[in-house]
Amino acid sequence: MVHKSIETKYMEARDNVLRSLVNCDRRTFLKVSAAAAAAAATAGVAFPHSFQPVTVTDTDENGKSNEVFRFAYISDSHLYDKQINDRFVRSLLRAVDDVNELDPQPDFVFYGGDLAQLGAASELELGAEILKNVKAPLKMMVGEHDWYLDLGQKWRELFGDDRYSWEHKGVKFVVLNSVIEDDFWTARGMSPQERMGTVAGLDNGIQSRFKVGEAQRQWLSSQLESVPNDKPLVVFSHSPLYKYYENWNFWTDDADEVQAILKRFDKVTVIHGHTHQLLTNRIGNIYFHGMLSTAWPWPYAPQGLPELTVQMNRPDPFNSQDGCGMGQVRVHDDGLVDKVYDLWNRNPVTVSREYMKSFGKTDKPKSANRSSY
Amino acid sequence: MITRNYVVASLVGLAVVVAASSFQKPQDSNKVKVRLCDGETTTEVAASETKTQAGGQAIANKLMAAWLAKHPGRWKMPAQGNKAQQDPDAIIEKRHKIMPPYDNSALLGKGQSEGDTYGNFTKRDLMIWERETKKMVVHGARVFHNAKLLGSTISVSCDMCHPDASNTHPETYPKYQTQIGKAVLLRDMINWCLEHPVRAKPMAEDDPRLRAMEAYIYAQRKGKVLQYNRH
Repeated sequence: MVHKSIETKYMEARDNVLRSLVNCDRRTFLKVSAAAAAAAATAGVAFPHSFQPVTVTDTDENGKSNEVFRFAYISDSHLYDKQINDRFVRSLLRAVDDVNELDPQPDFVFYGGDLAQLGAASELELGAEILKNVKAPLKMMVGEHDWYLDLGQKWRELFGDDRYSWEHKGVKFVVLNSVIEDDFWTARGMSPQERMGTVAGLDNGIQSRFKVGEAQRQWLSSQLESVPNDKPLVVFSHSPLYKYYENWNFWTDDADEVQAILKRFDKVTVIHGHTHQLLTNRIGNIYFHGMLSTAWPWPYAPQGLPELTVQMNRPDPFNSQDGCGMGQVRVHDDGLVDKVYDLWNRNPVTVSREYMKSFGKTDKPKSANRSSY
Repeated sequence: MITRNYVVASLVGLAVVVAASSFQKPQDSNKVKVRLCDGETTTEVAASETKTQAGGQAIANKLMAAWLAKHPGRWKMPAQGNKAQQDPDAIIEKRHKIMPPYDNSALLGKGQSEGDTYGNFTKRDLMIWERETKKMVVHGARVFHNAKLLGSTISVSCDMCHPDASNTHPETYPKYQTQIGKAVLLRDMINWCLEHPVRAKPMAEDDPRLRAMEAYIYAQRKGKVLQYNRH
């Protein structure tokens, strides 16, 4: 008998259910999905996000909706070639399915970087191929795993500029490349593969620290020059734009300088990848949110965790894809956002704008039963 | 890259050993002829030269240089000067910030009680303990970070979820794992991880890679309180 991995069995069961959903209307869908959930629960399988009923409207305490729009995110898929690792490919497919099933559809889907694991052209092409299936418009950001084999050549060829900005429904969006490292490879005589391999190891202390860099900071200033202080601003960076834990590059070396540029704005939201965990921080008027990975969760670092962070549950190694997922960002008319972490196999966690605004005094997300060791 | 350096380093080491055992008296009685392990390459040194480690290394280098001249491109000589760059273990130790081992220097000059066969602990004892233990730990770090050495069929290595061996909590074993259905040790969880997230074959309990990984994980959790059965 052919040995089937846990995920293979899971995906087969999931495919069966999805097949049975073809041509069924929404009412039947809910029935089938409830049946699937019950079946899954009996089999000891967790309830996948795709089958959860989707909240269509969001209302504030007065019962009035003030959500202007929402966008979804997918991040840190770390794809190898398909033949080498099918697990990470399946996880990205699952995330794409999940954002495509969001109802209503998000205005756009943001990809948070580290699409590839070792920056290979074939890995990036595979990722691009899968992401083509995203129904909503797609915005891309680069991560260090996409960059350090050819220093961004292939990535730019596929996805365009690594830094850009646009405006959407009254909000200014800026995407940065925050994974620029000082040259540690030339002096060591490293090949491009060795350079990529070094950067790919989170706990590899030989590499340099991430930064946005002088040139890009100037570009950022010029992009924001004519933007008034009261315009809501959302900045995307792969690494957190603050200093969390240096040893794992949960860190941007020139974060202080970048924050200085953002300081004059009333409402700034920074959304970052790289840390593969639920992560929340606030520095002055700048609100920071992490993104989940589709590939694997990182543990919380031994020091430097921002006070505002309510840790996600310790991922269960026996629960495939636990601690992974995708998510959404709901942008409100006051320019602030609710950050939703759609954890696969768990209840979604919302870090609300009230929680951020009150410095954690109100609307605290539910704490984890079991935090990191 | 690392393997090649390692081979060169041991070859140089071998040359020293062989050099030491192939001293011959040449015609000029003030000189000693030293032969390389290929049985052909030789060099001469002054008989009066004091035998030091550096002197031996110089002889070995000279012999290797002569051998390399005859076999161009066969070996890459390791860079001179920075010892850390040549020693693959030192590279791993630095790269993965291995926790320093316990400092036993308080034991120097002490030993078991008078009259015992085993006398005072010397610097040499301490050096051997530390060197041999670290060797095991460093090898563990090497395996832990290397999908190939782990035998992963999907290029996944332990550090991808456990940077610096975080969240491995060796101090909480033994404990009952519901999913495995029995009380397990750290090595059982390592093997579970090998089979599932890493998709490799589980290792035999006496597999040097498994033993070394245990050593690395324990080393990185230095100072943690033992709390078996903690969930």
